[in-house]
Amino acid sequence: MKVRAQIGMVLNLDKCIGCHTCSVTCKNVWTSREGMEYAWFNNVETKPGRGYPNEWENQDKWNGGWELTSSGSLKPKIGGKMKILSRIFANPDMPEIDDYYEPFTFDYEHLQKAGETKAPPTARPRSLITGDRMEKITAGPNWEEILGGEFAKRAVDKNFDGMEKEMYGEFENTFMMYMPRLCEHCLNPACVAACPSGAIYKREEDGIVLIDQDKCRGWRMCVSACPYKKIYYNWKSGKSEKCTFCYPRIESGMPTVCSETCVGRIRYLGVMLYDADRIEEAASMEDTGDLYQSQLDIFLDPNDPEVIKAARAEGIPDAWIEGAKTSPIYKMAIDWKVAFPLHPEYRTLPMVWYIPPLSPVQSKVNTGELGVTGNGLPDVDKLRIPVKYLANMLTAGDEAPVRLALSRMAAMRVYMRGKTVLGEPDLGAIDEVDLSVEQVEEMYHLMAIANYEDRFNIPTNHREEDEDTYKRRGECGFTFGNGCSDGNSEASLFGTPSKKKREAAE
Amino acid sequence: MDNFFFGIYPYIALGVLALGSIIRFDREQYTWRSGSSQMLRRRQLTIGSNLFHVGVLIIFFGHLGGLLTPLAFFDWVGISHGAKQLMAIVVGGAAGVLCFIGIVMLLHRRLFDPRIRANSSFGDTSILMLLFLQLMLGLSTIPLSAGHLSGDEMVKFMSWAQGIFTFKAGAAAHVADVHIIFKAHLVLGLTIFLVFPFTRLVHMLSAPVWYLGRKGYQIVRTRKQSS
Repeated sequence: MKVRAQIGMVLNLDKCIGCHTCSVTCKNVWTSREGMEYAWFNNVETKPGRGYPNEWENQDKWNGGWELTSSGSLKPKIGGKMKILSRIFANPDMPEIDDYYEPFTFDYEHLQKAGETKAPPTARPRSLITGDRMEKITAGPNWEEILGGEFAKRAVDKNFDGMEKEMYGEFENTFMMYMPRLCEHCLNPACVAACPSGAIYKREEDGIVLIDQDKCRGWRMCVSACPYKKIYYNWKSGKSEKCTFCYPRIESGMPTVCSETCVGRIRYLGVMLYDADRIEEAASMEDTGDLYQSQLDIFLDPNDPEVIKAARAEGIPDAWIEGAKTSPIYKMAIDWKVAFPLHPEYRTLPMVWYIPPLSPVQSKVNTGELGVTGNGLPDVDKLRIPVKYLANMLTAGDEAPVRLALSRMAAMRVYMRGKTVLGEPDLGAIDEVDLSVEQVEEMYHLMAIANYEDRFNIPTNHREEDEDTYKRRGECGFTFGNGCSDGNSEASLFGTPSKKKREAAE
Repeated sequence: MDNFFFGIYPYIALGVLALGSIIRFDREQYTWRSGSSQMLRRRQLTIGSNLFHVGVLIIFFGHLGGLLTPLAFFDWVGISHGAKQLMAIVVGGAAGVLCFIGIVMLLHRRLFDPRIRANSSFGDTSILMLLFLQLMLGLSTIPLSAGHLSGDEMVKFMSWAQGIFTFKAGAAAHVADVHIIFKAHLVLGLTIFLVFPFTRLVHMLSAPVWYLGRKGYQIVRTRKQSS
């Protein structure tokens, strides 16, 4: 057993209102730069839909993630090492910018400078790549917001696999949900595996996956290998960039920007301990339907004395072990089993998990369209959002765990309704889904009330153990170029902007 | 004149190549990348880039091996000078054609695709043009070489190149009387060495062959200092 710690995230889709605050704050902090305009480390999709980039979930098209070879070993779906190298001159599995969207701005200046005209002046779009006029914008980062566009286009959604999807194109059966997405900081990251330069790595202390910007040579294999398409090629700098999990904030115990600013309080952060020796085994299940369970199996119980002993031996600080014991992620993923990994069938063992959304039921219950059990639990199979759809997204098609999670969430509501409205808690529903009163009370506290200090349980990193800060006194902070030793010449010979330009930009 | 271009200039070019690359790698590694434009436009790149790279790699290693392998080695193996030259013409010519098709596609894309053009630096475009010119010069030496298949001309270039690398005085004299196209090809080649560290060409120095030797697939970094 080799214990490692990771900061995991859970998103409670039941409460996501699709406001895009996470995306916007993330963009402002991380990707508002030339070459990265099109990139959204965090984006919110309306599902069902094609997604961003186009059909990212369709691995027949993009070949992201891992596959099992005939001998049962794991191999990136884009190919083994030889094949990856042979495709280095032109990568056939890489999306083009049009698969995301051509970044644009508007001629705002024209609004102020236009002469007197009959019609009010307009700000017309302009491409940020070429600077040319764009007559029509045909794609954007959130093009299908609230089911925009016709059903036929949205119906390419891979999560419809094995479903009669036509009926969901009818108005009466339409359903939708929001899907905020960011890098999954996988336990078995395909991007790391596919990087020929070895520039991408997973940090041992908190599991964050980062790209070493100095070591990246722009071979672009990570972009194709990542099944979530969460690595973006910066077309200006020629380097790949990705979600950093706001590691400078995480290191000092603060939540990521997307989590901090989440209006719906849907995001949770906490420590998970897992057995690093069993990653490969867990990702190599023959049947993709077993991957959710196999990932659950490599998480370690932080209350187990054996685990604590092994964790200490690995040098995991006590604060992190304590954090694991009180981790909201552990409670939701393992104790209550209401959170699930996104597309476990990619075999990457993702670490950003999702609580599936309930659908509004009361009016359907009132009209008798939706049956309820004797304990008042709605029939989850008849919910507006099909269980099969959620299962295709979260458990590689296995409906039973999703059904249980939805029932548990519904049972929590029945219990609380009894307690606060009827004045007497109704235990029938929670008994039916195997929850105790303590559990359901805690569930309510964490998932419904969702106080800041309960959502985010992030022990600080111990930087003081890693480096001698005294030696680093007087160093400069973050700079462009190579920091303090900037040289004295006016222009850099090596392609960075000249000092004048840099100063003008500041 | 000859003494400068073939006796002194090679040392300037190789010196800048070595020092410039080291300094850039040391101080400006963030700029060290292949500079792929596949993201912006895939069209023409898939075929163009593959043809160009395969062709140029064969040509590069052909030149390297052909020029710097001591003559004695070929004599020992039993390859006559004429046969060696014929081999060079055939292999180099074939690779040259691949490379030519590729570079024309890439150059067309670089100059006429609005997205690529808008995002090409002076260095990106000019190095591609330099390589194109050099390839044309190289290909136009083929008819000349075919005119004298004895291999004697080729021996001159080998003696010159090996003389440069072994610091022999008077190496320039070996190539003093070759055809002007050969001379232009040599000078332009040295110029490409000269500008190498200031262009995207540096990405060839980090060709990730080490990837094949990586144990497993995953990389985990720790900040813990080994105590």
